[in-house]
Order: sequence, then structure tokens, then C-alpha cells
Amino acid sequence: MTFQEISGRLQALFGDSVLEVKTEGVVDPYVKVAPAKVHEIALALRDEPDLRFDYLMCLSGVDHGRELLGAVYHLSSMARGHKLTMKTDLPASDPRVPTVSDIWPTANWHEREAWDMFGIVFMNHPDPRRILLPEDYPGHPLRKDFKVPEFYNGMKVPY
Amino acid sequence: MNGTAAPTIRTSTGRAIRTEEMVLNMGPQHPSTHGVLRLELVVDGEIIVDVIPHIGYLHRCFEKHCEAMTNYQQVIPYCDRMDYIASMNMDWAYALTAEKMLGIRVPERVEYIRVIMGELQRIASHLIALGTYGLDVGAFTPFLFMFRDREMILDLFEMTCGARLLYNYIWIGGVSHDLPPEFVPRAREFCRYFRPNIKEFNDLLTYNEIFIKRTANVGILPADVAISYACSGPMLRGSGVKWDLRKNDPYSIYDRFDWDVPVGKGEYGTVGDCWDRYMVRIREMEQSLNIIEQALDRIPEGDVMSAVPKRIRPAAGDVYVRSESPRGEIGFYIVSDGTGSPYRVKARSPAFVNLSVVPEISRGYMIADLVAIVGSVDIVLGEVDR
Repeated sequence: MTFQEISGRLQALFGDSVLEVKTEGVVDPYVKVAPAKVHEIALALRDEPDLRFDYLMCLSGVDHGRELLGAVYHLSSMARGHKLTMKTDLPASDPRVPTVSDIWPTANWHEREAWDMFGIVFMNHPDPRRILLPEDYPGHPLRKDFKVPEFYNGMKVPY
Repeated sequence: MNGTAAPTIRTSTGRAIRTEEMVLNMGPQHPSTHGVLRLELVVDGEIIVDVIPHIGYLHRCFEKHCEAMTNYQQVIPYCDRMDYIASMNMDWAYALTAEKMLGIRVPERVEYIRVIMGELQRIASHLIALGTYGLDVGAFTPFLFMFRDREMILDLFEMTCGARLLYNYIWIGGVSHDLPPEFVPRAREFCRYFRPNIKEFNDLLTYNEIFIKRTANVGILPADVAISYACSGPMLRGSGVKWDLRKNDPYSIYDRFDWDVPVGKGEYGTVGDCWDRYMVRIREMEQSLNIIEQALDRIPEGDVMSAVPKRIRPAAGDVYVRSESPRGEIGFYIVSDGTGSPYRVKARSPAFVNLSVVPEISRGYMIADLVAIVGSVDIVLGEVDR
């Protein structure tokens, strides 16, 4: 399916929850959805017979600045041979989005990484621990407003 | 196995022994974890009940560093250091992403050079994977044979760009040096020399009875689990899924060559076991040789620097591009804010994703089998932790 057909399908299924469909002026077209609906939409993307997005390539956290974080889902369908970029924007003060790790188990580690680096809370995540940084690390370092602490566990940074 | 009660164990006088699960730490400095990976094992005697991988010991803030760069080109040496035994493929993946952002078409000669380098690197990387895999399960000799042959590939790289491990060779829009005149004959000679050696590896290791006993029917990864965990590369193909980005999502000029995608068939056990993953790598080396030989025959003349941009300033936006590294799908997600340095770079590294399936496929096996399973995933911690 082409991007227009996929986004049309999503709009027919979820109406206003699809906030934006962008094809003009971008290299990769994308759909932007409401964060509260991410789980429902992801389930439909995987299970609708004509969509069949069985492969989650990548899940990235992004800090857009202006108090706005985001999660980006890059999906691919091995069965149908099409791809989709799905984005959702989250307020930096309360960045919550439902987990998709029950839909695509690969999301488990990607979501832990996004929590670790950006502090995005994935609701109902089965294992919401940090993944790359130590458990006691202060803050989420890929946020644009992150300041490297002067001391970490009594050690001067940079050493 | 998991979920079932352990049978009561009795002493010779008939007294019941109290048994309990134990937590055992493997790594981060364990020789079979290929770097600094810590596995927390919950074991019932010798049987693995659960595995909890702990990663991050080699985290070098790749993504944070990218944001601090003053231009896009400066990221490439960091890409080298991600998967440090397949640096060419890492550079290439990043360059592909940046080129898509900028809308650059690279010259024909550059495409051919990249394919040749990428496939030579794939062979070199598989040689390390297979050699150290032999070491993991107790075979020392194949490791030496494979490293001997890998040296010849590194000689070819050194001849071209001066480096043997971290090349900084594939640039955005081109490559840093043209091939020296003696490269093509030397590469042909390598192909002629290397092809019979694959049979030698098979005689030494692949069809060795002990090796088969250690790897067949161990760590079985069914195809549907592999897809839901987004496994890629030999990990996915070992499970019988004919999926290779060079064929299924073609990039560069891979559609011009005649080659085949090997998949696991369960010849000595079940489809998707450790032996299948191992064998896919052996067969991929043959296919890489096919590609290299065809590319060497057809490589055109040309200028390798003509498409290298003087000033890199992509329009605001984002792009995700994936390509096939020796370990699987390497993807870069780059966000540009319209300035000269990247706003956000996310690397989707294949080993990170492939490692996440290890707990799923290790439960119920012995601790010694876990060594075989982790080895067959072929992780590089530099790329897992970034």
C-alpha cells in the first residue's frame, strides 16, 4: 500500500485521533497521532489484514525543545512490503504514552532506552528500568535542557 | 523447565534434599560474553530458569556526541567505533541516511567501491563471529585459520585508506580515497584464495561431531518470535525467514548482482537453532565473494570525490534509513533542524535488538548452552551500548 492509502485507512478507523498527515516538504512522510490512542492504533496497524505491520524497525525518543518531547515509531511490514512512520508528541512536563511492547516485544528495550535518555514514561511497561545508564543516574541526558552534573557519586565530572 | 516443579532430589540414604533457585552472575568480564555484557542468570541446578541481560558497560554517549558535532561529517568516526569489527558497514549506513536527507546521488564508481568494501567487511566480520564462536564451544584451531584470512582483508583496507580497524573511509557523498591501482588484482587474488578455504572451515568445524552436538537443537528461535522481536541479519535468516535488506529493501546497487540469500534449514536439528545461525554466516561469505567478484569485473572509472558536498546543511526534517550490516538491520534516524549539525541521531543497532531475544530462547537450557546461544547471536557490545 502507498502512504496515502495507509494514512487514509488510519483516518477512517480513528478519525480525529490522527492529528496530522504530512507528505509535503518532507523526505519521509509521516502520520502524527494522539498519545492516548497509540496502543489502539498500533494494535490495528499490526492486526488489520491489509496493514499487517509485523516488524517494528525502530522506536526513538526525541526532544523537540519548546517543552515538547516525542516518540517516533518506524514500522515495516514483511508480509505486505510497506513502511510507515508514526509520531506522537508529548508534553515535557508529563510525557506519558502507552507501551507497545505487548504488541511488538522488540519495543521493550527501545522503550527502556527512551525512558533512560528522555524520561518518557511508557505506561504498563513490564520492566520500566533504565537500560544503558546506572540506576542511580540523575536526570535524562538526551534532553536538551540536561546539564551535566558537577559530581556523580562523589566523583568530579569530567574527571 | 520453566514453570514446572523441580523433582525431589534424594541422598543415597533416601533423605530429600531441599532445592532452590539460585541467582548467578555471568560477566561483565566473562570471556564468552564477547565484551562487557553482564547476564544475571536464575538457575535451577544447571538449568536456566531466566536470563536478565544488563548492558551499558560500554556506553559512550554516541547519540549525545552527535548532537555536539559541528557538522554531519564529523559523526562518521564515531560510527566506526560503534560496531568496531564492521566499521565500513556502519559508515555506509550513516552516509546513506545523510545522503537521502541531502538528496545526493553518488557516482557509479563510489557505489561499486562501497559494495566491494561492504562485502569484504562482511566476510571479515563473519570470520571473527565464526572463529570466536568456535572458541566459545571449545575449538581453538578454526579461530586461528579464520583470523589468518581476515588479515588479508585488513591488508586490502590498509592499502586503500591506511587503517586496519576504524577506517573513516565512507564519507557523505563519496569515499575518502580512490582505490590504489593494485587493489583490484589483489582483491581478485583474495577471492581465488579464500573460496576453497570455506570448505576447510567446514571440515574443521561445521561438520565436526562435537560442534554439531553443542549447537544443533540449542537456542531454537522460531520465525514468528524472531519477527516480533525484530531480529535481523543471520539471526532472522537462521530461523528460515528469507529476508535480507539487500534484496527486500534494496539500496545502493545490490539489485545489479546475481546472488542468493541463504537461510537456515534445520539440517542437523530444528530450524532456527545455533547451528543454523552459524551456517547462514558460512554461506553468506560465499555469496559475498560472488558479489565482490562481479563488482570487481564491472567497476567503472570515475572521480570518487565529485559528489562530496562542501557544506552540509540539510533542510529541517527527519529521515530513517536502514541497511544490512553483518549483524542485521542497521538503521539511522536523523533529525535535522536546518543547521549544520545534527539535532538528533538515533542508531538502531542490530545487536541491541538481537540481544533482547536471548532471554526468550535460553530458558530451559543448560548454562553451557547459554554460551553457545550468546555466541550465535554475534553481539558486538560497542554497538549494543553505543
